[in-house]
Amino acid sequence: MNKRSGWALPYFIFLVLFVVLPLLLIVMYALQDGSGHFTLANLGKFFSDRDSLSTFALSIEVAIENTVLCILIGYPAAYILADKRLNRSAVTVVLFILPMWINALMRTLATAELFTMAGVQLGKGTLLFGMCYDYLPFMIYPIYNQLNKMDKSYAEAAQDLGATPAEVFRKVTLPLSMPGVWSGVMMVFMPTVSTFAISEFLTNNKIKLFGTIIQENINNSMWNYGAALSLVMLVIIAITTVLQREEADES
Amino acid sequence: MTPKNPIINIEGLSQFYGDKQVLHDINLYVRKGEFITLLGPSGCGKTTLLRLIAGFLQPTQGRILLDGNDISDVPPYRRPLNTVFQRYALFPHLDVYDNVAFGLKLQKVPEAEIEKRVKKVLKLVSMSDYEDRDVNSLSGGQQQRVAIARALINQPRVLLLDEPLAALDLKMRKDMQIELKEMHKKLGITFIYVTHDQEEALTLSDTIVVMNEGRIQQIGTPIDIYNEPVNAFVADFIGDSNILNGKMFRDRRVAFIKHEFDCVDEGFGENVSVDVVVRPEDIYFTTDPAKCQFTAKVNSCIFKGVHYEMWVDTDTGYELMIQDYDPYPVGSEVMLYIDPDDIQVMKKERRLNSFDARVVAEGRVSFLDTEFECNTEGFAEGDAVRAEVRFDKVDLLDHEEGAALTGNIVAILYKGDHYHLTVKTEDGDHIWVDTNDIWDKGDFVGIRILPEDIKLSIVVSADE
Amino acid sequence: MKVKTFAARVYIWLLLIVLYAPIVFIAIFSFTEAKSLGNWTGFSVQLYQNLFTGSMQNSSGLLSAVQNTLLIALAASAVATVLGTLAAIGIFNMKGRRRRTLTFLNNIPMINPDIITGVSLFLLFVFLHISQGYLTVILAHITFCTPYVVLNVLPKLSQMNPNVYEAALDLGATPAQALWKVLVPALRPGMISGFILSFTMSLDDFAVTFFTRGTIGLDTLSTYIYADARKGGLTPELKPLMTILFLLVLAVLLFINIRQSKNSDKE
Repeated sequence: MNKRSGWALPYFIFLVLFVVLPLLLIVMYALQDGSGHFTLANLGKFFSDRDSLSTFALSIEVAIENTVLCILIGYPAAYILADKRLNRSAVTVVLFILPMWINALMRTLATAELFTMAGVQLGKGTLLFGMCYDYLPFMIYPIYNQLNKMDKSYAEAAQDLGATPAEVFRKVTLPLSMPGVWSGVMMVFMPTVSTFAISEFLTNNKIKLFGTIIQENINNSMWNYGAALSLVMLVIIAITTVLQREEADES
Repeated sequence: MTPKNPIINIEGLSQFYGDKQVLHDINLYVRKGEFITLLGPSGCGKTTLLRLIAGFLQPTQGRILLDGNDISDVPPYRRPLNTVFQRYALFPHLDVYDNVAFGLKLQKVPEAEIEKRVKKVLKLVSMSDYEDRDVNSLSGGQQQRVAIARALINQPRVLLLDEPLAALDLKMRKDMQIELKEMHKKLGITFIYVTHDQEEALTLSDTIVVMNEGRIQQIGTPIDIYNEPVNAFVADFIGDSNILNGKMFRDRRVAFIKHEFDCVDEGFGENVSVDVVVRPEDIYFTTDPAKCQFTAKVNSCIFKGVHYEMWVDTDTGYELMIQDYDPYPVGSEVMLYIDPDDIQVMKKERRLNSFDARVVAEGRVSFLDTEFECNTEGFAEGDAVRAEVRFDKVDLLDHEEGAALTGNIVAILYKGDHYHLTVKTEDGDHIWVDTNDIWDKGDFVGIRILPEDIKLSIVVSADE
Repeated sequence: MKVKTFAARVYIWLLLIVLYAPIVFIAIFSFTEAKSLGNWTGFSVQLYQNLFTGSMQNSSGLLSAVQNTLLIALAASAVATVLGTLAAIGIFNMKGRRRRTLTFLNNIPMINPDIITGVSLFLLFVFLHISQGYLTVILAHITFCTPYVVLNVLPKLSQMNPNVYEAALDLGATPAQALWKVLVPALRPGMISGFILSFTMSLDDFAVTFFTRGTIGLDTLSTYIYADARKGGLTPELKPLMTILFLLVLAVLLFINIRQSKNSDKE
């Protein structure tokens, strides 16, 4: 151990103060009533409130659908971008990331406007489309990275051993690219559950997602209930992270 | 022993990384102007020792004196020592000139003088025309020269070199060895040189310090070390050798490979087990039956550039390596002899595996953090005992099932008719094993000891 | 083979068209005077004129939002770059449990969705009675930016010759001199990409700013657009502003790309 390990000390203190402590505060506020006494009422309220539960279920449903959609659309794109025979230019990759530099709210508003112009009713369909539009680059990029750094000789070795191109993909390329897919899932799934502005714009406030009710509660000074809802999300994050770790370890 | 004014004196130096002790009570002095080499296999502690001298590490115990002053707590940037690093560590964002001038610029030496000194030192390392070159565009050998120039320009009291030639190819390495030696002569600066290459150490050094497992094995001139290794490790590490089990009958009379020989060693006592080293170039062929001490059959013969390397099977069933300028055909019967001068007799470091143990129950004893079954007759539960296991009674398995504990093979010594292996357990303890099976260094092994092969005795005192 | 390549191209271009449609849409409608998107009332550069002369309703609001966005992004990414670089050097020199702990903590802000980061920091500032404004927004942005700096600098450290820092000490540099003269130049590419990434994320952030800006009326571009959209009518000058920003970013990225490919040609 040398002395330079101490250079991380300021950041460690920063992390404790601005990451660990705030998360503990979510737990604390979630388990307190307005006057600071311990209570399970906030969590109880969530689990007994039909509206909250159905919003929650809908959010998870939308998030799962969006994640699957992003994988289905994004994986082929990442595969094509990473294949030197199909795509020789790095600029194409940059083109996929470029829209992220434009304010997401602005793009979402424009998307919603485009739908209205085309006469499409704003609702769950447009919500999914817009979400997928917003999060697709977050799925493409990690998969592209994983495929790109993959040793091409694995695929060649598989071919050499008699695997057809389809088999090479199924038995070698796909399993080896799974860590990229998993980090893509992490970058798409949780943010989808928790978005609030985007879902409001894309459905003209018709569909509320979980993020919106957290936001509404915090904004209306219902901190304890807002914290309880956040705690529910934290638990889901923890579970998905652990699952993702295990999957990534396996593959 | 210590001369009047050693430039560096290391006293009782021990170093720990966490619980792991990497240096054990190192005592060493370096004379002014000397070319001293720390030699040993990787992980022997030589680089740690060099980094302690340079100041990148603080010693856990002991002290380092420079010109008689304790410098253990002086940070590296205040020590008048400079280092040539393994893989050079040139600053990639600076050109050759700025790399070399780095130290002087920090000392705020006037620009004109810096330029003069940079030119001079670049000339010394034959890199005069490279001042403006990007260091990344230089070959390995050129980078090496710049690294040496960068260290020398600060006129260090001692130059520390950490395997400086390890990354060069063979030809370049040989050339740089000669240049380093000349530079050392010309500058008169003390060099402390770290290498795992015994040939390099023999070529360059005034003094060699052979290290293994964090301990100094032997200090001496290259000739001393080669001709009179103090133990089997040194003999095996320096040059090629035949290392054999032997028995000293009396002064000047030793037996090995089931033959008796005259030798020049004295003072071992009578009928004492010893290790014997015979260098392969010291076994001679003869056609004179009167001179012949033993016969053998040649089983392989390979041309090695200058000499032939032959392996022979002796009439008594031992395998020996012989180097000679003349080849003998494979399969031929040859007569051989060894001069008494060329037989190096060494005290055996150990004859048995010996462990501190404790009787945990009737028929069960614990050592190496593991329980073994054995005969505990005569001992009571809880007794502290000494458990001894002969080298050839330790079984090695290539799997964990049925093994009492596991480890890795860290050293292999061929003793003419069997292998003597050093096995390091997971906990870092050593077990020595004699076997006829062929293993490789680094192999993972399971260790099994049968109950009847563990011999218990009373602990007499702290040590023999 | 030909068919496959063609199909791949078509797929990529279709995706790109969909991806860029809203941006092109904004750009087109920045050249008409109509208030709402999608309403074409004839070609005009009036909105651009308004934007540059500031002659529009609530012009100070939009301009200060742009200014705030840039200032916050600049401050947060600068601090994050320094903090993250030092942290990366520290983590790189750690082993075992300490390294794992810090890496784990560093991952949390990246895994947490914006809203959790926002809510948790909001609760922190409420709990500590810190009045919210510029400072709290910048602190919050540092929180989610620094992990990316750490991740960008760490690989540069492992590519670096491990002895370079010690070589500087050996030649007489104090630790501070060694950091400035040797480590920083070697880590510069990682620091720059960490900075750019931080800057981008800070620019684009909505949720974290939303929860930590307090009630003093501090607006960034994101919160301004959100409030505007909730009120029903987007400030029309946002369209030319977004168009200009997009073209700027496009130019910068193309410039970087051309320079990179030139560099790689040289090698």
